[in-house]
Amino acid sequence: MKVLIDNWSTYWHGFLGTLALTGVSAGLALTVGVLVAAFRVSPVRPLRAFGTGWVTVLRNTPLTLLFFVVVLGLPRFGIVLPFFTFAVLALGCYTSAFVCEAFRSGINTVPAGQGEAARSLGLTFGQTLGLVVLPQAYRAVVAPLGSVMIALAKNTAIAGSFSVVELLGTYHTVNELGYSVIWAFVWIAAGYLLITLAISALFGVLERRAAVSR
Amino acid sequence: MTTTSPPLIELAGVNKHFGELHVLQDIDLVVGRGEVVVVIGPSGSGKSTLCRAINRLETVESGRISIDGRPLPQEGRALAALRAEVGMVFQSFNLFAHRTVLDNLTLAQTKVRRRSHADAERRGLDLLDRVGLASHADRYPAQLSGGQQQRVAIARALAMDPKALLFDEPTSALDPEMITEVLDVMRGLARDGMTMVVVTHEMGFARASADRVVFMADGRIVEDRPPEEFFAAPRSARARDFLAKILQH
Repeated sequence: MKVLIDNWSTYWHGFLGTLALTGVSAGLALTVGVLVAAFRVSPVRPLRAFGTGWVTVLRNTPLTLLFFVVVLGLPRFGIVLPFFTFAVLALGCYTSAFVCEAFRSGINTVPAGQGEAARSLGLTFGQTLGLVVLPQAYRAVVAPLGSVMIALAKNTAIAGSFSVVELLGTYHTVNELGYSVIWAFVWIAAGYLLITLAISALFGVLERRAAVSR
Repeated sequence: MTTTSPPLIELAGVNKHFGELHVLQDIDLVVGRGEVVVVIGPSGSGKSTLCRAINRLETVESGRISIDGRPLPQEGRALAALRAEVGMVFQSFNLFAHRTVLDNLTLAQTKVRRRSHADAERRGLDLLDRVGLASHADRYPAQLSGGQQQRVAIARALAMDPKALLFDEPTSALDPEMITEVLDVMRGLARDGMTMVVVTHEMGFARASADRVVFMADGRIVEDRPPEEFFAAPRSARARDFLAKILQH
């Protein structure tokens, strides 16, 4: 407990850093992920190809490598951003591939006839997806999406190695001040647990709500 | 009907393959305004594919399909607009499972036809009344019997005020006692002058309500004649064989 109290400010800033990274990256991942999922089921071949390429590249690249590409690569093209933004880009794009696949598998649980009926009534592709298919896919998407978000929260730890203030990186500071490494890590673990359990609880609620809505 | 107006549905030289299988072979078909054309044939003859090609749920490789004189557009808004003019009723009903019966009828009216919610609901309730299901407006599709779901599906298609209706085996997934209630609705539409293309195994409906019977086998249209001629004296051996089989029981 003493480790936590003595280093409260360090831990608190690390915790907030991880929370911010998780939150903003999740927003980016969800937006891009849904968009790419729409591409992958669209009737337009180039969009489908782009979606497949996006998922294949990002899902199969180690996240650390992706961080290197973003942090070292983008400045070469004159794109210099704060490290936090770089980290959000890497985490968000990486996670969007998994979000996309969660949505796509959800979309595949909706019988093809639902989409056909919507199109036969004159609804456009976007309306068909947004009004008929996704609302029915939602139920099947919630649980895997929860797992993806928890993985994202834990993946933010990599950002610490790229000059972003986050929870795991606090152990450097605490360790240098001569505190027990083991206790330093115990409190870090507790911080991650707080975030991931909160995500679990949130998705638990969403899942229950999706279950009763029909 | 003026002589200059083009036929409502016209297919010319339409071809399609499913892999090796040539499901539509040089299909020519003309459906005039107010005509009821019943398509029959053994399973795998391509009749469902033909029906689905008319509003481009199936794409075709060659040939021309036009609705009301305009060729079918490629994917996109123009195609969506054209589909709104051609209603479709499916074998498996395909009511939107997450919406109530009434919502099923109002969704496309408000989103595609841009009607106000109140207008859409009024029209929806009118049509539900017409198919005898006004009291079921607030239920979900899963709470309805198959026959009721199919009647809702017909009402949903009618809510768009389509120029023509396509029926893809509308009674094939129904218990016998429910077939009658759906056919009654269809007979009513035929009497009211709706242009209909009906893929079905219901020979009674074909005899009573069709203006023409189109008999398909192996991806080709083998016969295209008025029902009384077709059923009394089929010209092709293929049709004689088919009728002998289905009329036996």
